[in-house]
Amino acid sequence: MANPNGVGASVRRLEDPRFLTGRGNYTDDFKRPNMTHLVHVRSPYPHALVKGIDASAALAAPGVVAVLTGADMEADKVGSLPCGWQIHSKDGSPMKEPGHFPLARGRVRYVGDAVAVVIAETKDQARDAAELVVVDYEELPAVTASTRAVTAEAPQVHDEAPGNLCYDWHLGDKAAVDAAFAQAAHVATIDLVNNRLVPNAMEPRAALGEYDPSNGEYTLTTTSQNPHVIRLLMGAFVLGIPEHKLRVVAPDVGGGFGSKIFHYGEEAVVTWAAKKIGRPVKWTADRSESFLTDAHGRDHVSHAEMAMDQDGHFLALRVSTLANLGAYLSTFAPSIPTYLYATLLAGQYKTPAIYAEVKAVFTNTAPVDAYRGAGRPEACYLIERLVDIAAGVAGLDRAEIRRRNFIPASAMPYQTPVALQYDSGDFAKNLDIALPLVDYDGFAARKAASKAKGKLRGIGFSTYIEACGIAPSNVAGALGARAGLYECAEVRFHPTGSVTVFTGSHSHGQGHETTFAQLVAERFGVPIENVEIVHGDTAKIPFGMGTYGSRSLAVGGSALVKAMDKVERKAKKIAAHMLEAAETDIEVKDGRFTVAGTDKSLGIGDIALQAYVPHNFPLDELEPGLDEQAFYDPKNFTYPNGCHVCEVEIDPDTGVTQVVAFSAVDDFGNVINPLIVEGQVHGGIVQGIGQALLENCVYDDESGQLLTGSYMDYCMPRADDVPSFTVRYHEDQPCTHNPLGVKGCGEAGTIGASAAVMNAVVDALSAFGVTHLDMPATPEKVWRAIQNATPALAAE
Amino acid sequence: MYAFTYQRPSTLADAVAAAQDEDAKLLGGGQTLLPTLKQRLAQPSALVDLSGVAEMKGIKAVDGGLEIGAFTRHAEVAHSDLVKATIPALASLAEGIGDRQVRNMGTMGGSIANADPSADYPSAVVALKATVTTDRRTIAGDDFFTGMFETALEPGEIVKSVRFSTPDKAAYAKFRNPASRYAIVGVFVAKHGAEVRVAVTGAAGSVFRVPAFEAALAANFTAEALNGLSVSADDLNADLHASADYRAHLVTVMAKRAVEAAG
Repeated sequence: MANPNGVGASVRRLEDPRFLTGRGNYTDDFKRPNMTHLVHVRSPYPHALVKGIDASAALAAPGVVAVLTGADMEADKVGSLPCGWQIHSKDGSPMKEPGHFPLARGRVRYVGDAVAVVIAETKDQARDAAELVVVDYEELPAVTASTRAVTAEAPQVHDEAPGNLCYDWHLGDKAAVDAAFAQAAHVATIDLVNNRLVPNAMEPRAALGEYDPSNGEYTLTTTSQNPHVIRLLMGAFVLGIPEHKLRVVAPDVGGGFGSKIFHYGEEAVVTWAAKKIGRPVKWTADRSESFLTDAHGRDHVSHAEMAMDQDGHFLALRVSTLANLGAYLSTFAPSIPTYLYATLLAGQYKTPAIYAEVKAVFTNTAPVDAYRGAGRPEACYLIERLVDIAAGVAGLDRAEIRRRNFIPASAMPYQTPVALQYDSGDFAKNLDIALPLVDYDGFAARKAASKAKGKLRGIGFSTYIEACGIAPSNVAGALGARAGLYECAEVRFHPTGSVTVFTGSHSHGQGHETTFAQLVAERFGVPIENVEIVHGDTAKIPFGMGTYGSRSLAVGGSALVKAMDKVERKAKKIAAHMLEAAETDIEVKDGRFTVAGTDKSLGIGDIALQAYVPHNFPLDELEPGLDEQAFYDPKNFTYPNGCHVCEVEIDPDTGVTQVVAFSAVDDFGNVINPLIVEGQVHGGIVQGIGQALLENCVYDDESGQLLTGSYMDYCMPRADDVPSFTVRYHEDQPCTHNPLGVKGCGEAGTIGASAAVMNAVVDALSAFGVTHLDMPATPEKVWRAIQNATPALAAE
Repeated sequence: MYAFTYQRPSTLADAVAAAQDEDAKLLGGGQTLLPTLKQRLAQPSALVDLSGVAEMKGIKAVDGGLEIGAFTRHAEVAHSDLVKATIPALASLAEGIGDRQVRNMGTMGGSIANADPSADYPSAVVALKATVTTDRRTIAGDDFFTGMFETALEPGEIVKSVRFSTPDKAAYAKFRNPASRYAIVGVFVAKHGAEVRVAVTGAAGSVFRVPAFEAALAANFTAEALNGLSVSADDLNADLHASADYRAHLVTVMAKRAVEAAG
């Protein structure tokens, strides 16, 4: 490594001093002259007709500028929030796509659905006045549980979606699966729930709308993971503003976990209202609002079966899933339980036949969409729990049944029966590293030691694979995506040799300002402090698809490499001219351009200066300047994979589960910054442990109210809920189709961890005849499982 | 939050005078009141901030025990050498309240006057045979808590200090709500000579004693003495985190752990 801050260096994050000293610039930090504050009036009912809205008292309250409703938006021809992915049902019919308006029009469908907004001089005045808006509701029966939503007597969330069905989709070869089951020696079965989660980004959502009547330009500053996508969706579909008159800025954003991918109604409301009242309008969610209205994650109910031969080889997998989409289709909701879920059901295994059916339903709950992992944690959890049960049925060790069924590295690239083609991965190697790392052979002794203390010890594996950097655009388009999935980057050398990179990726905690700068420092030999990474502003960045699905480095980083290739090509021509040599004689290494076999060379800084002060420059061949742009459309997904191993200790008296050890062996392809990768893995694992043991979003199916609407009841994992992690990675299996050989690491921890934890919990309880527990494994649930054990087993 | 007037008296007498307005609220460490105000769930006319009242502060040794000012923050109790030396179980209880931020703000008087059913201190008040001194009288700890969020305090009456008896042995064992970290069940066991007190918080609407446990432990102060004993699940709290059955079970488990910890 020539550059101490280049590829492979654990560079401390360049953005951290700003964040750690409170100097970040978040949406709520922006203050504009004459700015107003907006507060929503939200439905307290899960389902009701809005018979009337009386705003007279609110309008008369101090400081109130305006009260606006869905009728005002309708009069201004504001459109429905668009959905970015269309799924077709088994019968070929398109999914049901009911209107989803920023402010409700005549009917509300979940607690928190926006009915009106109050705009006032101060936020407190807006809050006071919001309480004075009288809404005449006629309550309707509601349903929040997906299992009840599909019953004949369930209330109908949308008239245009009979039976509350959005789509009834399938993937795979049903006949082949049925035939394999007919031949099976063993069948393993599981029924499981993937619990609903609230994303809980540290920074609540916020939006600031501005309108400049002098030039007709709108500016939206918003907590978004992908400002260009918001500009496209809101401009083209909701407000009818062309791109050149709409600037969307996503400044520092305090976490997203997927929940800030989507175009939310509040963004359209502040932008529209700014013009309507002629003043800037800011809205910032409070935490209660975040619980109620951020798109939630997961919420699957599934049945799955694995057919095996006599020796525990997987023959076929059959999966049936009911996915709760909430009251409306959030931007990418339909794709999550389909193309980001069922396509991952092969896991790391060579199961030859797979068939999955997914019914997606509307309920009177907040919309459900991508949340860290997005479909892939649901797939991994289902497969890895089922594989553990299969091990029991086939009488095999749980590591052994995995090894026996792994797709061998020699089979790569490997076409799965569920659409994806894995490019690389050595799953047996991950396991080979993990087993000694966790001292698998010593587990029995540790279990005995725990037993001597009155504790139950269990160990669990999760050998996961996921798909990142969703692509290519044409394939995604054929599957229903209504957007491209490329990324854009621009590399601008300045005359004195410093560099600004404009990337369409967006950092909201991932550390792009460091990792991307390392790529530039490595390539051109410039000091890392001379590289600035600019993101999150449609007025600065040529274009971008943003950050989600662990795509930034694999897709955005690859675009950056392409732009750097272009810079280097041009710089080489300039160098050849300056050095009076043939271009073919110029060798490039670490940013130095040398005439082969001589000591004549130039640094990139010399070339950049000449590019802008072109006194000795091939003006007849080249334009001045050193500023190049590239778009990169991936050829395939990338496939991060690994082996997570968790050990838990359960206190049988209380049912409390403690994670006592957690190890992750990951294959992320090449690694640019090990420190950032490790941090991403740590955070991901904590979220996975959170889902397994602590987090649960609960609606009361009778009242339709969110019961876990604050941190008093929704349990976020804390530092003392988790052990120190052992994290390892290897770089033996780089991605074969992107120039960096990278696979992505942002979601892997979350995808793998939940299954490892639950497999360990069930293992610890196996002596009591427990074969499955649904997440989260709360103390009472675990205690009850022990209480309900058969007396003979419990006595052991 | 809604608008209110704010006062910060420096004497107990001034505080009592300021609290006479029936819509006024006393502000201790604010760990319950401030979130309530922020969520617009209360609309007091005035807040009377007690942080300036010197006579409500401090920890001192008194005959047979400790006297702790009502405006003593949980962290001060937790870290007091005097408390740690005299009634270590009380310091340990204080160190387990909420989180560091809560402990640095919340006060003992605020906690017991609020009488949250899942607060920790009520169990100590009852098990440690405390007396509560207010601006106008002394109330026996046994009579102080009268129900869920209800106490023997009259409107406008202010807790000045709490006097705890030093036990021979004591410990507090708490089963925390994993989300809020309040007590789902907290059991304070204290041995005062021949008398044993077992006070349970979190499990019901208000702190309660368990006579059967107390009798068994008075005869034999070991965890095994509680084998086979349990409280009835009737009238116990039930919520998302713990059913009444489970709470009843935890009362025995936590009582045993407290006895073991007390030594």
